[in-house]
Amino acid sequence: MKKYISIMLFLTAFLSQAQSKTLKAGEAAPDFKLINVDNKEVSFESYPKAKGFIVVFTCNTCPYAKAYEQRIIDLDKKFKPEGYPVIAINPNDPEASKADTFAKMQDLAKEKKYAFPYLFDKGQVVTDQYGAKHTPHLFVVSKSAKGTVVEYTGAIDNDPEGDKEVKTKYVEEVISALQKNQKPTITETKEIGCTVKRKAKV
Amino acid sequence: MKKIRVFIIFGFLLLYSTTFYGQQVKLITVDQLQERIKKGKDSTYVVNFWATWCAPCIKELPHFEKLSQEHKSEKLAVLLISVDFKSKLNSAVVPFVKRKKIKNEVFLLNESNPQEYIDRIEPSWSGSIPATLLIRNEKRKFIESELTYEQLITEYKKL
Repeated sequence: MKKYISIMLFLTAFLSQAQSKTLKAGEAAPDFKLINVDNKEVSFESYPKAKGFIVVFTCNTCPYAKAYEQRIIDLDKKFKPEGYPVIAINPNDPEASKADTFAKMQDLAKEKKYAFPYLFDKGQVVTDQYGAKHTPHLFVVSKSAKGTVVEYTGAIDNDPEGDKEVKTKYVEEVISALQKNQKPTITETKEIGCTVKRKAKV
Repeated sequence: MKKIRVFIIFGFLLLYSTTFYGQQVKLITVDQLQERIKKGKDSTYVVNFWATWCAPCIKELPHFEKLSQEHKSEKLAVLLISVDFKSKLNSAVVPFVKRKKIKNEVFLLNESNPQEYIDRIEPSWSGSIPATLLIRNEKRKFIESELTYEQLITEYKKL
């Protein structure tokens, strides 16, 4: 019986941990101060002129993240000049995912010439605040009079494999709506991805 | 003695048939999956969503093999549904299933629009894998995380 109870307790703790709520459109997007691959701290405040942000939880290891990597680079190239820079955050615990250490993140950012920050989320604090579930998991954030607000959460487009002739580019549509002072029509999408890697709880 | 011999022969047949069966990977749509579950009254379905590129999925696959091996006498169907790209069926999924000698039924999800199919499988699913769905009649439990064997067996018994 005792064993059963302890298993139950373990399971409850395990599941409650795994279920931090994903932020939805309209909710406040908490600012953060995380260390970048160049050892400097980055936060929303580092961009006083930005109109908003493309916050993407991504990593070194996930095949889906790799499949989307070039598209993340392209998003930054296209939207940074328009006031919506990409901020990439690695949500994985480096002990649970050995290829996601800070040093390996630095290597990847250098190799792929990331023109945007790639931040290390020590203790997975920001990951849990945003409720990022998998990589890549993306949030479009806008600056408003009330502070930073989530406008969209989900996938970059509906074509992870990159072979569809006609695709819906969700993030581009969201930002182009924001630029016209309109509310985006699609504010939430779902996509298969690699679960955020966490240390096993003992 | 006769009983034992029958048992052994039966065991071999079962082993052989499941081994043979397990080597195939069929395509399945969400409709077909739901149809299959609806038909099998009184059975428990343990449906695991995985992919050949997903390390935690591969780590927990043996637990699902063990679950079905250890509960052969029960009405239990373990369905392993890969969400690998369809183009990887013959280049990745089939060789993987052969190499790992997987005996449970393996499918490749034959859907292309995640916006639509993820919700149809389970509205609370964010899309990360591994994810496991346990179904017995009206009872459902969906778990969007990696499971240890103990956790899996607890969920199976609790259902």
